[in-house]
Amino acid sequence: MTALAETTTPQPARVPAPTGRVTLPHVLRSEWTKLWSLRSTRWTLLVSVLAQAGLSVLVAAIQMSRWNQLGPGERLHYDSINTAVGGYHLAQLAIGVLGVLIITGEYSTGMIRSSLMAVPRRLPVLWAKIAVYAAVTFVLMLVSALVSFFIVQGIVSSHHVQHSLGDPGALRTVIGVALFQTVLAVLCIGLGGILRNTAGGIATFVALLFVLPGISAILPASVNNAVSPYLPLNAGTTVASHTFDNPNHLAVWTGFALFCGYALVAVVGAAISMRRRDA
Amino acid sequence: MIEIEHVTKRYGEKVAVQDLTFTVKPGIVTGFLGPNGAGKSTTMRVILGLDRPTSGTATVNGRAYEDLPAPLHEIGALLEARAIHTGRSAYNHLLAMAQTHGISRRRVDEVIELVGLSEVARKRVGGFSLGMGQRLGIAAALLGDPAILILDEPANGLDPEGIRWIRNLLKNLAAEGRTVFLSSHLMAEMAQTADHLIVIGRGKLIADTTVADIVAQASHDAAVIVRTPQAGELRDALAGENVTITSSEREVLEITGLTSAEVGTAAARHGIVLHELIPQKASLEQAFMNLTGGTVEYHAGMFEEQAAELIGEPA
Repeated sequence: MTALAETTTPQPARVPAPTGRVTLPHVLRSEWTKLWSLRSTRWTLLVSVLAQAGLSVLVAAIQMSRWNQLGPGERLHYDSINTAVGGYHLAQLAIGVLGVLIITGEYSTGMIRSSLMAVPRRLPVLWAKIAVYAAVTFVLMLVSALVSFFIVQGIVSSHHVQHSLGDPGALRTVIGVALFQTVLAVLCIGLGGILRNTAGGIATFVALLFVLPGISAILPASVNNAVSPYLPLNAGTTVASHTFDNPNHLAVWTGFALFCGYALVAVVGAAISMRRRDA
Repeated sequence: MIEIEHVTKRYGEKVAVQDLTFTVKPGIVTGFLGPNGAGKSTTMRVILGLDRPTSGTATVNGRAYEDLPAPLHEIGALLEARAIHTGRSAYNHLLAMAQTHGISRRRVDEVIELVGLSEVARKRVGGFSLGMGQRLGIAAALLGDPAILILDEPANGLDPEGIRWIRNLLKNLAAEGRTVFLSSHLMAEMAQTADHLIVIGRGKLIADTTVADIVAQASHDAAVIVRTPQAGELRDALAGENVTITSSEREVLEITGLTSAEVGTAAARHGIVLHELIPQKASLEQAFMNLTGGTVEYHAGMFEEQAAELIGEPA
């Protein structure tokens, strides 16, 4: 009975009237809380870290154990820096999917209505989501890439093909992989904001990054050669590559700038959609 | 104060709300009545800046919702559709909302306590019952301690205990002088909680009136049941303009348009014996029919359907 009485006689509390207002720092804190308070987010981020740091180590170990079976060309061109950051091939999937989910998860559950009722100007929600997720991605990916860099160099030193972080391009590649993942994160938030639908957002992300190169590859070589450097993934990963297997690529920072351009287009699309469309 | 002026909202071809104008006055409970699909939720979404009206304006305390610097402190809302991420705990949901306004964690704990969710506050919302979800929605609405509350079908799907809880809460909130704008498709539910009524149907305003007025009007038009062995004579004696007499049994007449006093006096004057003379209580059903009888568009079968739904008993 006591428990029943407790819930049946509500006493609206007369608290000192709260006086806060909506500011960008407040919205940033809110988005920080939102990001970390979902189990799915924490797991996906853990997967991205394990992938970025762990996959390279695994690959390096396999390469070293099979070193004697590698051809002389392969040995000559072996790039332990590329191996060290290669975990992005897997990690990018987790980062991209989470980027889409950060926004489509709100639409699919209706949470977006609560978010927009609290922040009716709307765009601060988008900016805060982008800022928080980009910062988290950059830090996690940079740390993961540094960890895998040192472990991988330790592993490959058995065949004396290791590099140090001071070698030309080494630090740029390690930071570059974090930059690539960060901009990818932003791009995917943009896609999520445009499409508002998890399945559609993830499908578009996968199609843009991983299916387009496949389509390009079955086009006549002249067309493929002309087009492929400009595809999002190829442009974006220039900054995360130390040396290139395929000579047909954009200059490192040109490619990365183009990738940033793609992300910008997606974000602008998301911003327009958020402002114009009903929630 | 909420002001709706000439609001029209179209979703593609479908007109959800058409040229709606009304004011939710401060300090009282205003009921927003209409069948499902009448445009209540759309109107509320327009007020809350979630949907942009095709034309017209909606303002809260004189400003568009979008222009409120701290909306949660001015107006709290519970929407009919869930607006909570199912993967988050109740506490974290409220905390994330509170943080947008710099509202303290202490206040979050307070509203959780207030709605009786303390024991499950750390559990994921996905596992909540409908009633717990409604309580959490109300906690969110109260976070900023707003003077205006807008609640879309708050009693929907609740068990009797939950309905009683909502009713008490509304009573307390109203007693504190808050403005409450409450939608429902149940007339009986409204009669118990609202002072003023806004009635809409098919996106148009049908009535903007008080509950007391509706009941008074209905009482005036209520029927009188008479049992008499001289039914035929009484029928002739009472016949007149604005008087309707029907009969379900041989000795029973149901008279509308006259009070029981008028019927009794007429019977005495003609020397007619009455066995029973029973004034019928004004039913809300009658009240609603009288209220909306004039809206030609709703006379047809479709209207009766709507009315039946509107009048339904509270769960």
